Amino acid sequence: MSILVNKNTRLIVQGITGNEGLFHTTQMAAYGTNVVGGVTPGKGGEWVLDGKIPVFDSVKAAKDATDANASIIFVPARFAPDAMFEAADAGIPLIICITEGVVIHDMMRVRNYLDQKGARLIGPNCPGLLTPDEAKIGIIPGNIAIKGNVGVVSRSGTLTYEVLYAMKNLGMGASTCVGIGGDPVNGTNFTDVLEMFENDPETEKVIMIGEIGGNEEEKAAEYIRTKMTKPVASFIAGQTAPPGKRMGHAGAIIEGGAGTAADKIRALEAAGVKVAKHPEEIPTLL
Amino acid sequence: MKLHEYQSKNIFSKFGIPIPKGCVATTAQEAKQVAEELGGPVVIKSQVLVGGRGKAGGVKLAKNPAEAEQLATQILGMEIKGLPVRKVLVDEASAIDKEIYFSITDDRAAKKPVMIASAAGGVDIEEVAAKTPEKIIKVNIDPLLGLREYQARDIALAIDLPRENWKEFTKIAMGLWQVYQNTDASLAEINPLVITQDKKLVALDGKMMIDDNALFRQADLAEMRDTDEDAPAEIEARKYGLSFIKLDGNIGCMVNGAGLAMTSMDVIKLFGGDPANFLDVGGGAGAEKVAAAMRIILSDPNVKAVLFNIFGGITRCDEVARGILAAMDEVKPKVPMVVRLVGTNAEEGRRLLENANMITAETLADAAKKAVAAAKG
Repeated sequence: MSILVNKNTRLIVQGITGNEGLFHTTQMAAYGTNVVGGVTPGKGGEWVLDGKIPVFDSVKAAKDATDANASIIFVPARFAPDAMFEAADAGIPLIICITEGVVIHDMMRVRNYLDQKGARLIGPNCPGLLTPDEAKIGIIPGNIAIKGNVGVVSRSGTLTYEVLYAMKNLGMGASTCVGIGGDPVNGTNFTDVLEMFENDPETEKVIMIGEIGGNEEEKAAEYIRTKMTKPVASFIAGQTAPPGKRMGHAGAIIEGGAGTAADKIRALEAAGVKVAKHPEEIPTLL
Repeated sequence: MKLHEYQSKNIFSKFGIPIPKGCVATTAQEAKQVAEELGGPVVIKSQVLVGGRGKAGGVKLAKNPAEAEQLATQILGMEIKGLPVRKVLVDEASAIDKEIYFSITDDRAAKKPVMIASAAGGVDIEEVAAKTPEKIIKVNIDPLLGLREYQARDIALAIDLPRENWKEFTKIAMGLWQVYQNTDASLAEINPLVITQDKKLVALDGKMMIDDNALFRQADLAEMRDTDEDAPAEIEARKYGLSFIKLDGNIGCMVNGAGLAMTSMDVIKLFGGDPANFLDVGGGAGAEKVAAAMRIILSDPNVKAVLFNIFGGITRCDEVARGILAAMDEVKPKVPMVVRLVGTNAEEGRRLLENANMITAETLADAAKKAVAAAKG
């Protein structure tokens, strides 16, 4: 077991013939991920990876032909909202958007539409998911993680790699690693993923990597305190960051002044979470 | 991107929100002229991109054009929270009966826009929100549906707005929604929205922030950016799509990913050093971007050592290494450099840098310690 993705995931890649799309499709396929097709409008009928993966003009055509159950998006930011709408409309239940820089207004529309369609979105601006030895869906380098029983969830990209790498160096493996992305409006939050790990028999411990801003870490702390039985260790990035640029009065009114590293660490420690001083220390706390 | 008050109010006005008559001025002489044209008492308001202008003495009432000139001279010579005042807005003075707070912003938790209003508007609104949250009305807007007029009426009722002003208020609410929507704003705030003594609603002050990611489709707004208040290095960084914030320390940092960049700063501090900047080269950074980043870091004379921490995912370490080599060729840096490359194409990257005379590190903690030691000489 694992969460969200495994060897049965049938993946299509939106933007498969682009630079990033093709590079990472190659990496994902080499890892053993079951990439069943790709989408680039206007390039339907072509093949990539030496004729192994068919390209379609639309997500619907790709889904009809391949019975895909997940889609990963590698298209530029201005086209990413359309790609997410299209995937949801085609009935793809799990959508992963790697793209960075999506307009927040677009994301609010996407998220509300996807909720109506019952599609789960991971990201945007995220590194994707990795279930070691089964499926790499995204851009997390496959060789930095080994299979194990620690669930990893993170808002950051490269900081997640640091932690997976530090775990591997200590012989500690991951059940699944989920990068939920750093954007203010995203598809899946910490609490969603913590709940999945709590219910996953293969996950025995959890590492949560947060950062300053927003209040998702505080909400996750509340979930851990009241509902979680598995031990959690954490790191919060931005402890020395200068105070962020303020958003008029509205930001303070909405978020009630929360969101500093100190606030988050306090909330997590009060929930029994061990918080590391630097990322390479996290695995030693479990 | 933040907009000035005068820019925000001009946009409000285009969407049918009433604002006071007025004009921006860059000299005291111009301010006097505007006051003469307006006739009657005016308010001289410093235009700087920080809050608390009034409390800092940057907003003053002038009874006549002569006084307007004198106060404008004073305010144009001021610094507010370290920012020099380069422009003032000269607005006709309003006879105020009541101040309302009114805004739309992104509600991250709800994943929807939220309209916020309070009958207790004015400069102390945050204190009101903290101490008497029941006085703050919040209504989420379905982004697929847009603001509906009934929602605006619900707000009018909730803040005890006189019935005679409801129609006007609804029009302002719909206008503010259009402003927010059409400009890809992350904030459109009127504080205060006043009821004047002759019972009219006027947006006395305005503040807007625009989503930087949306500027590709907001060309007119992008041109409004006031770069006077940005450090030159920050302007240069923006040109290359780099996320850069100058800090006071002496260890330059180049990292890929915002989370890891902040963490690298945290770890430098943890081992007794002081970061000179935050710099995220972004995902998929190529050689050209890396070279620009390096020039920007080395343009800071405080920098005594540079830490490169690259964990390749979408970014390829060999590309980064090529950028470092290109920049070293061009800038000929004299400070020690600590480099750590891990992840996608890291071996190729390390091979490229073999002869570049750099200090290498395996772990982040190790890299930070080496950079701290190098900065101390």
